[in-house]
Amino acid sequence: MADHEHDHEHSSELTETQLRVRALETILTEKGYIDPAAIDAIVETYETKVGPRNGALVVARAWTDSLFKSMLLADATKAIGTLGHVSRVGDHLIAVENTPKLHNIIVCTLCSCYPWEVLGLPPVWYKSAPYRSRAVKDPRGVLADFGVALDRDAEIRVWDSTAETRFMVLPMRPAGTEGWSEERLADLVTRDSMIGTGFPKMPEETA
Amino acid sequence: MDGIHDMGGMDGFGKVEPEVNEPVFHAPWEGRMMAMQRAMGFAGAWHIDHARFAQERLPPHVYLTASYYERWMLAMETNVTERGFVFPDELAVGRALRPGKPLPRKLTPDVVAQGMTRSTFFRQQQGPAIFKIGDGVRTKNNHPSSHTRLPRYARGKHGTIALVHGCHMYPDSVASDNGDDPQWLYTVVFDGVELWGQDADPTTKISIDAFEPYLEAV
Repeated sequence: MADHEHDHEHSSELTETQLRVRALETILTEKGYIDPAAIDAIVETYETKVGPRNGALVVARAWTDSLFKSMLLADATKAIGTLGHVSRVGDHLIAVENTPKLHNIIVCTLCSCYPWEVLGLPPVWYKSAPYRSRAVKDPRGVLADFGVALDRDAEIRVWDSTAETRFMVLPMRPAGTEGWSEERLADLVTRDSMIGTGFPKMPEETA
Repeated sequence: MDGIHDMGGMDGFGKVEPEVNEPVFHAPWEGRMMAMQRAMGFAGAWHIDHARFAQERLPPHVYLTASYYERWMLAMETNVTERGFVFPDELAVGRALRPGKPLPRKLTPDVVAQGMTRSTFFRQQQGPAIFKIGDGVRTKNNHPSSHTRLPRYARGKHGTIALVHGCHMYPDSVASDNGDDPQWLYTVVFDGVELWGQDADPTTKISIDAFEPYLEAV
């Protein structure tokens, strides 16, 4: 057993789940399958490094650089690979563009497929039965749960992530941001705006 | 399989309830669980579709009451025992009673960065693609009892090829331990009315990513 793991959880009343997860880690470590230091590193990476800021920087670049935007929409994996400040992403990432007439929404009805490398780990709601069941059948109702309303005649396109392709939404740039730097623009880009369940913040919403 | 995991279009689960300022993990064990799955995948112990299929085989009442990472734990217990990496008596006592089996590689701290980038799912094509962008297709109405990625709501439906993604390893084959069996992968887009009937929102289109064996020409 990795001793450092005990440091996280001193309670003498561990739940059955905690005990079973601990048993798995002990056994897999003792058998030489996993290295607890690598487990630590993965957890730390997702807690501190890989999150929606990565995707926000990609969106901000697309908003300010039309050549990058066309590369992103043609091959998101390759385009993001040209950005030094966002780590390389694996194959099969696709960026889909919102327009005034078309709103994209990403879901995985079968489980939880999500573009981890640009958005981090998915929130609980994305993995939950209400979202997975309704996003493909009643997307406007789901958007209403998020307080989002679209024009009645705007087309909604729902992307169900049923294979190893991963999708991210390129939201529309808010008005009133002309001349803004990429860093400032990235502050407007929310996680939900890249899933399609929200919009970027408006300029007046940032300090 | 026609399991509870295949939720698209079901009613009754209620509203989506986003959590404000949600943490990445809600307890330390969730992070351990996620990272262990990642490490075992990197090591080549099993494929992501084995992990999915183990969750899909959970009884519906277990699937619906377990939390997300509890399902990962249950699936990992299934995979480590079914594949002979761990034995039930070891899970019962919480420690190894036998040496481990060899694995192709091991996720160590020096290769974590490499291990965090998704591996490619592209595979060598076995033949030319049958469909091209714009082609009309109908999804097959198959109900295999094994793992598949064609959701029930999109079976036996007319759609249009929107994207051609190249040749990928085929989950139905991989999860059944029959190898990669590479297949062409397409995005197929459906009208909401085709999937949900005349009362559906006419402004909605829904796409899935479908492997060629799921599709027939119309």
